[in-house]
Amino acid sequence: MCLSIPSKVVKINEDKTMCTVDTMGVQRDANLMMMADDEVKVGDYVLLHIGFVMNKIDEEEALASIATYKEILELMDEEERKRAILEDDECPARGEQYAEELETDGRA
Amino acid sequence: MAGLELNNLYDDFRDGKTLQAYARIIAEDAAKLERPINIMEVCGGHTHSIMKFGIPQMMPENVNFIHGPGCPVCIMPKERIDHAYVLAMQPDVILVTLGDMIKVPGSNGSLQDARAKGADVRFVYSPMECIKIAQENPEKKVIFFAIGFETTTPMTAVLLDQVIKQNITNILFHINHVTVPEVMVELIDSRDIHVDSYNNKIDAFLGPSHVSVIAGSKIYEKFPKDYGRPVVVSGFEPVDVMEGISMIVKQFVEKRCELEIQYKRVVTYEGNLNAQKLIETYFDKVDLFRWRGLGNVPESGLKLKDGYAKYDAEVIYRDVLPIAEIEDHKLCICGDILRGMAKPPECTIFGTACKPTTPIGSCMVSSEGACAAYYKYGNLITS
Repeated sequence: MCLSIPSKVVKINEDKTMCTVDTMGVQRDANLMMMADDEVKVGDYVLLHIGFVMNKIDEEEALASIATYKEILELMDEEERKRAILEDDECPARGEQYAEELETDGRA
Repeated sequence: MAGLELNNLYDDFRDGKTLQAYARIIAEDAAKLERPINIMEVCGGHTHSIMKFGIPQMMPENVNFIHGPGCPVCIMPKERIDHAYVLAMQPDVILVTLGDMIKVPGSNGSLQDARAKGADVRFVYSPMECIKIAQENPEKKVIFFAIGFETTTPMTAVLLDQVIKQNITNILFHINHVTVPEVMVELIDSRDIHVDSYNNKIDAFLGPSHVSVIAGSKIYEKFPKDYGRPVVVSGFEPVDVMEGISMIVKQFVEKRCELEIQYKRVVTYEGNLNAQKLIETYFDKVDLFRWRGLGNVPESGLKLKDGYAKYDAEVIYRDVLPIAEIEDHKLCICGDILRGMAKPPECTIFGTACKPTTPIGSCMVSSEGACAAYYKYGNLITS
């Protein structure tokens, strides 16, 4: 009931009670009556729930989240690289160690 | 700035590598914990995401999930479903509701059964569809069986607002809206009393995000302050959930106990003030609301204000509505599951007598119910 994907407002009706949004390429109508007057504008990203616009999505925060995730990935890739070098130094045991690590990580 | 792109939002928040990266951060931090911690995800949306993306598998041994009662269908006691059934069977009524409510068994059967007996029961995607149904059926009463937490309450308020403004005389409401903070208090209190099979308690909460989109994060302020439980309001995407868990674990490692927002892209401290105003205009708190499996929880439900009694189906149809409280099926442990004291596979009828196609308990009916999530995605769980 609650899972939602962000939608972009592409049109607001004249009486401002309804708008048309684009959600991953699918256009649909959404009710604007839960939002304050003139709070939502064309081009804004909004969160929909059962046909209503619940609130706007903060673009800066959304982009910041994406950036954080990318940073983590880069950091982890670097660590992975370091680990690979260290493991290479302990060459004979490498394969077994990695299998154990995978198991304790729950990834195996 | 590149600008927001839907594909970025969608793909990045489900990215497998990012999930694994977070899993590592959580594991590294969790290694510093002095004792295991139990995190309750209150919302069914979180339960669904956690199970669908195999998040329990990615957790270290000392970070556990407790599934909470955050599914509006699952927490509905049988007597309220019986109300819906009785209303639906009235000759001049069209009963309208949302979601999986139609499949939940009451003591006489489900709304689906009522429909099979000739009742006009309709499922709608949005409450506003009631207006069209009412206009097309002027000789009938359309009763909206309203369900949900803070998230859906303002939508019912918008519908009532329009009913009044458009002078629509054939829409009535049966209100079953409930509130999250009150049941969280109940869970903390009862879990501290009852020692369960895990002999543990709720250490922290993953706060339901869409509830806070409306009500703001402010509604959880008392949990770190008065109950010593950190709350992190998190989004539903798997990466959001992982970041939320990571924030909770960090709080324990750093010996902090705070209210934090992970889902900053939509949740603010204040929430949607306009929606809150709509709720205050039309609703009052009830003294007690009986939750399925949890019993009476003080001030955890809403009703229409006395001034709007002429729209209240519970008032208008009070002579035909049953008043007895009805207990659940003896073998069903939905109560313990909703309280976070048992996990679905511990139920003797889980997956045998009780399946999504033939549900006995409400946790199996709704796609957001813990049992349904375990049934559908349970093969992802290794332990």
